[in-house]
Amino acid sequence: MRDAGRAAGAGAAVEALFREEYGRLLASLVRRFGDLDLAEEVASEAIEAALAHWPAAGVPTRPGAWLLTTARRKAVDRLRRDKAYAARLAVLQVEAERAGPVPPPEADGGLPDERLQLFFTCAHPALAADDRAALVLRCLAGLTTPEVARAFLVPPATMAQRIVRAKKKIRQARIPFRVPGADELPERLPGVLQVLYSIFTEGYAASSGADLQRFDLAEEAIRLARILRRLMPAEREVAGLLALMLLVHARRETRTGPDGGLVLLADQDRSRWDRTMIEEGRALVLAALSGGPPGAYGVQAAIAALHDEAADVATTDWPQIVALYDVLLVLAPSPVVALNRAVAVAMRDGPEAGLRLLDGLAGEARLHAHHPYAAARADLLQRLGRLPEAAAAYREALALAGTEPERAHLRRRLAAVEPSGPDGA
Amino acid sequence: MKYMLLIHAGAVDENGASAECTVEDWMSYDKEVRDAGIHVSSESLADLVTATTVRVGSSGERTVTDGPFAETREVLGGFYVIDVPDLDAALDWAARCPGARGSGAVVVRPVADFGA
Repeated sequence: MRDAGRAAGAGAAVEALFREEYGRLLASLVRRFGDLDLAEEVASEAIEAALAHWPAAGVPTRPGAWLLTTARRKAVDRLRRDKAYAARLAVLQVEAERAGPVPPPEADGGLPDERLQLFFTCAHPALAADDRAALVLRCLAGLTTPEVARAFLVPPATMAQRIVRAKKKIRQARIPFRVPGADELPERLPGVLQVLYSIFTEGYAASSGADLQRFDLAEEAIRLARILRRLMPAEREVAGLLALMLLVHARRETRTGPDGGLVLLADQDRSRWDRTMIEEGRALVLAALSGGPPGAYGVQAAIAALHDEAADVATTDWPQIVALYDVLLVLAPSPVVALNRAVAVAMRDGPEAGLRLLDGLAGEARLHAHHPYAAARADLLQRLGRLPEAAAAYREALALAGTEPERAHLRRRLAAVEPSGPDGA
Repeated sequence: MKYMLLIHAGAVDENGASAECTVEDWMSYDKEVRDAGIHVSSESLADLVTATTVRVGSSGERTVTDGPFAETREVLGGFYVIDVPDLDAALDWAARCPGARGSGAVVVRPVADFGA
């Protein structure tokens, strides 16, 4: 119904307003009525009512409060009509109070901001990882189910099924709407951050399909991370995650060429990087890395900042980047981090040193299906003049690469090292 | 809200103790569950070699077989039914259960409520 209402011709400004207000509205309703389905239903009805009234009567001075009042009234009507439903929710409320309600933090606008509870519900570890991202996009970013489906390149009916299944689990297994206590937070916050980061990376480098970047999804992730940063200003990893997203997204315009092909960091026109975004990201890196031990997102953001600050690849502070990867390997050890470290070592100490490290990772099963590993080996072999081996590694990377721009880039590199290629050997 | 904690413990000796936890661990967990006022019911199951499976065919004939014999890690060793406010509380009690350690696992299933 919400989709139909939108299609009926909401202005872009009203549309943007609804997107901003939706998560806050939904969170307040869930908190009040303890039921996500009822909250979604009456939130949609309130937005429809707004679409009917506002064009004639004008947008109210506090649109969020107007929507909440209207939605609450509709929920109360609904519960009056459906006594069985009301009785079930009453039981839920009593149980929720038994669990000990967390007092909601007050937001600037007077309306309590209860979105943090909803973040923790949607990103709950008891839900499937893919469903967490879909729920966060739908409930907190205010995307419609067809929009979420488009973002993940799945048919709308499939996405609708997944969302229904996830909501059923929230309701029937009774996943609570609450912010974990201070003792649980270290265990639960990384899960929320992981969901936002997965939305960002999905938008930044689509794992399949024709377009390398899907701007909307990366920007939605940044918008969500900004909300989380406002809600949890003391959490340094939240600052680190937002910084990382901004510092990577600042290069979005130069990451693909006019033909849609991938452009490597070394070849990007750095004058076209988004300086405002870089400055904001750098300030957040400082917040993320001061006042305590560093977190994995803060360190990755610091690495991104060093790239953003450098005039070119040659003058990039590679020793510092290698040192940060050393820290990251301790905080979040993974073969992919080890691969990135090896590439940085190659820049600091030369291709031979990097290749030795890469070959040392050959036993890592996770890297066998990871095309950047083969591509990095190919690049270093090429720089060492070992062209037949480089060609073989480029072919291996080509077979694994998921997006067409990546494949186009690898085909060009392969042509350059093959004797029959246009550039010769 | 009632949840069943299905305890898939790793290998145990005749006293129910395993490499990961002792009989004392189980006794103190059981006491905690009862003291918290959330205990609904619980049982510990006898060794899997004592299990018997019954099936009734379409024409009503009964088939009785010895077993089943599953991989050790899949063996249901016992259960608790607890009454707690929400899944987070149930997961906390599951995490404290000695059967969740080492090679064991605890599966948390909400009990269906047909009255709601």
